[in-house]
Amino acid sequence: MDLLDFSRGPALQVALYIFIAGSLWRVFGVLMLQRKPDHSEARKSGGIGGALKVIYTRAFTAPAFKKATTYPKVLGYALHVGFFAVVFLFIPHVVFFKGLFGVSWPGLPNNVIYFIGVITVGLGLAILIRRLTNPVLKLISNFDDYFSWFVTLLPLVTGLIIPIRFGIRYETLLAVHILSIALLLIWFPFGKLAHTYFVFISRGTTGATLERRGAKT
Amino acid sequence: MKDILTLGEILQARGVSRRGFLKYCSATASLLALPPAMVPHIAHALEQARRPSVIWLSFQECTGCTESLTRSSSPTVEGLIFDSISLDYHHTLQAAAGDAAEAARHAAMEENKGNYLVLVDGSIPLGNPGYSTIAGMSNYDMLMETVEGAAAVVAIGSCASFGGIPGADPNPTGAVSVMDLIKDKPVINVPGCPPIPMVITAVLAQFLTFGQLPELDRHGRPMAFFGQTIHDRCYRRPFYEQGKFAETFDDEGARKGWCLFKLGCKGPITYNACATMKWNDGTSFPIEAGHPCLGCSEPGFWDKGGFYNAVSTGDVGSGKAFAGAAAAGVAIGVAAAAMARARQKKTLKEA
Repeated sequence: MDLLDFSRGPALQVALYIFIAGSLWRVFGVLMLQRKPDHSEARKSGGIGGALKVIYTRAFTAPAFKKATTYPKVLGYALHVGFFAVVFLFIPHVVFFKGLFGVSWPGLPNNVIYFIGVITVGLGLAILIRRLTNPVLKLISNFDDYFSWFVTLLPLVTGLIIPIRFGIRYETLLAVHILSIALLLIWFPFGKLAHTYFVFISRGTTGATLERRGAKT
Repeated sequence: MKDILTLGEILQARGVSRRGFLKYCSATASLLALPPAMVPHIAHALEQARRPSVIWLSFQECTGCTESLTRSSSPTVEGLIFDSISLDYHHTLQAAAGDAAEAARHAAMEENKGNYLVLVDGSIPLGNPGYSTIAGMSNYDMLMETVEGAAAVVAIGSCASFGGIPGADPNPTGAVSVMDLIKDKPVINVPGCPPIPMVITAVLAQFLTFGQLPELDRHGRPMAFFGQTIHDRCYRRPFYEQGKFAETFDDEGARKGWCLFKLGCKGPITYNACATMKWNDGTSFPIEAGHPCLGCSEPGFWDKGGFYNAVSTGDVGSGKAFAGAAAAGVAIGVAAAAMARARQKKTLKEA
């Protein structure tokens, strides 16, 4: 078994199993926690409407914080859009997902994806620089923040190297790319990348609670 | 050697013009990535070369490699050069049979000890000596006996180079490649199912010219022919970059000659010269004929997933394993939450 066979076979399989088990572990572990009793009298029902409202309103910067948070927010959104485009619209990736789920969708030309990929890596670097230069952010950052950044950017970088090669064989680069994805999948549920599952759940819960208490959201 | 004519004399006698011969030498130099200044040296060396003795051993094979070499539609210079080696043993092509054939092999080995080339097509079964025998001799014994006095061994085709189809899972005969067995002689692999004829003759030409084997890659293949992927040199590559793919064998993309990546083309991970040298006297190669590359010149190509699965698809395992992982995840999550609840209850009670 060569490196490519290993990466496409056992490594990817184990990573996917850990990803699935870890994701469900985290989500069920949080959703089934005991909720704190709220003894205050309900002003409103505190239902789904309040949850959806906060999910929507928190997607934008509040006017009072516009100056302080616009730059990181734009960086964050752009990184996510770029990452999603590269993952889901690069045609070899679409073919991979078709093999996994049996469905496919149109993709973008490779050169467009390479361009988006380079921009996304640049955005990732800008985010890291901000984290390292902002005193408050630096103070509250830990290993999880930096490692999550690393495993997110690594597949992008290893993927972008494939068409350039640098004299390295294609199958070796492809294997390294797949292994970097395996690393991302393994870390995903256990580090801060798990915000993927919790970002809307936590905002929705906050929205429902605040509405129940009659707070303006 | 009984025949004392040089290759130059033989080619002249066959009506090959000086221009045609030099053209072949230039092409060989170019294929072997040698500078143009080497062309006269190649021509001189080939003209002066005596017919080298070649013993061709066929083991677990389909004769496709021999067919590839002998079924060209018109005689070529490289074909004539191949004709002009002293092919002293090839049990498909030789007239002699039985004891006479084996006597010819032994005579060639004796007369050219230390100088002859052994060309092997087919894999060697180690599971049971009786799986494949020639003149009552196992393939393994015949290979070892013949290679002992050889200058070098050339493994022709993917079966001899890597085990090929006989070596595919579950490998019922215990098939192995030449390089698995021969460690004390130079072994050069010319894989392919079948290999490109010009590659075989160019390797022989290099040996005749320089008396040494070409630079090899990590799989023992000549770098000059196996240094780049099919994908690198494929005329459909621009369509890959543009994101234009054939989805089926008869859709609009297929008719327009778009990239066959989605149909399982192994061109990106296959090192061979098909896209540049082509087949049938330079007519075309499989991708040009509308079929994805199978990756036949790579080790274990038969066991690398389906021929029609794209390179970017992985072996992600079974649905049962996914269900098991999901069930385990839910169980751990529920257990963790239950433990947290118990802790919470205990804390509240204590408070």
